Amino acid sequence: MAKVIFITQANESVEVEGDSGSLMELAVQNGVYGIDGDCGGVCSCATCHIHLSPEDFDKVGAPAETESDMLELDDNATEYSRLCCQIPVSDEIDGMTFTVAG
Amino acid sequence: MQGTESGVETLSMNAVVIGASHAGVNFAFNLRQQGWQGTITVVDSDPELPYHRPPLSKKTLQTTECVPTPLKAEKAYADSNIQLRLGQTVDDIDRENKQIKLAAGDIIGFDKLVIATGCSPFIPPIPGLLSQSKYFAMRTYADVKAIQSALSQSSDKDVVIIGGGYIGLESAASFKSLGANVTVIEKQEKILSRVTSPVMSEFLSTLHINKGISLETTKDVVGVKQRGNKQVVVCGDGTEYLADFILVGVGVRLNTQLAINAGLIVEEGIKVNGVCQTSDPDIFAIGDCTKHFSTVYDRWIRLESVQNAVDQAKGAAQYLTKGVTPAPVVPWFWSDQYEYKLQIVGLSQGYDDLVVRNEDEGQFSVWYFQGERLLCVEAVNHTKSYVLGTQIIKKDLRVNKQLIADTSTPLSKELLV
Repeated sequence: MAKVIFITQANESVEVEGDSGSLMELAVQNGVYGIDGDCGGVCSCATCHIHLSPEDFDKVGAPAETESDMLELDDNATEYSRLCCQIPVSDEIDGMTFTVAG
Repeated sequence: MQGTESGVETLSMNAVVIGASHAGVNFAFNLRQQGWQGTITVVDSDPELPYHRPPLSKKTLQTTECVPTPLKAEKAYADSNIQLRLGQTVDDIDRENKQIKLAAGDIIGFDKLVIATGCSPFIPPIPGLLSQSKYFAMRTYADVKAIQSALSQSSDKDVVIIGGGYIGLESAASFKSLGANVTVIEKQEKILSRVTSPVMSEFLSTLHINKGISLETTKDVVGVKQRGNKQVVVCGDGTEYLADFILVGVGVRLNTQLAINAGLIVEEGIKVNGVCQTSDPDIFAIGDCTKHFSTVYDRWIRLESVQNAVDQAKGAAQYLTKGVTPAPVVPWFWSDQYEYKLQIVGLSQGYDDLVVRNEDEGQFSVWYFQGERLLCVEAVNHTKSYVLGTQIIKKDLRVNKQLIADTSTPLSKELLV
């Protein structure tokens, strides 16, 4: 079980919890504004972009090649960016806070 | 939530959307997020909570306890005050009285109407096909459930797919992963011949054949017969293929009848302007069923894609709340087959030159040009090509074609001229 917080572009804080699927699916299930997941979670659309803290980024790990290439399409990408359809919901991410890149 | 900046007073207005797939649902949510204060009602004949369609032929079909991937959570509709009327068919659009009539008899009044009715699978009038029951299309969650049930009940798992397009090929890959014996029958000499180059067609043909798919091209299906428990698919040259069931993937019919009956201008798609307005200023149309003028390609186009559905939904919602006209958009598509990810940006139609960039084994891209102008990039397991192609087409930049083909030159801005 993981309990995480999304901070939206409007600076709203949304706490959600789940134990399976991807972080994108969890965000969509909870209506987190700015996480669209238009492609359904196959790393093809870059509409589930989040920023992590440097510490959390180290724990979650760097994006794979396809994901890191897709992030180049987004002007808001930073070195701590991820597409959250590629992050599984697990105990590993419990307690983390993610900022929706919008 | 943002207010309406253009001063459009929407509090007492009713927005009604016909069609609750990618276009209709995204429109409804965007409209609310952009500050629409009136009611929003979305009607669809499909009884399921609106779901992603692309996974149907892939993940949904491949998963035994298959469940659709919802576009939005059920509670999100309530939170955004969007009323869903699912399992309801719309019979008529009454423009004069500004209302739609449901088959069940209800009448819903609108100030702004959005038609997002999409397409339905085209089932060709092949003798014997319609009269027997073991054929399916791949468009709805109900289709996938029925297919899975038919597959689980068949001991031989012999599947014949009529049509070697994207739906047929993605389904073939999924059926294979479920242990089926799959035959794909294609009318043309090459699969996907109308939508891609011989290079890409050849790659995908070889891929599917190597994965064990029987690919039968230049075959015209002329009839379907019953023989024992089996369906027999008969081709014009006399060859026959046995199937426990048939999947038909030969294209679509546009769901434009409501628009036609309402007297809107429809020419192979509901004609819309740059803000998705139809020939009636209070009626908008978005998604697969529409035809719009692409300023990027300088012609009228109709697109069947999630990207177009979502972008048109956002554009129409912005216009209705803020009076803003959306910026031109470059189309993009994707397909996943086996371990291969195909990403396409732009439209290749009208190309007169192509350049192939071969990266490592199983990674390559095809760059389509008209003169020096890049029209489209199709990338297989090579997102870098897709991303650079997107940036080039968006900005209409020029590239050095020789360097594109030369893999010792990295894909970067250095390729630009």
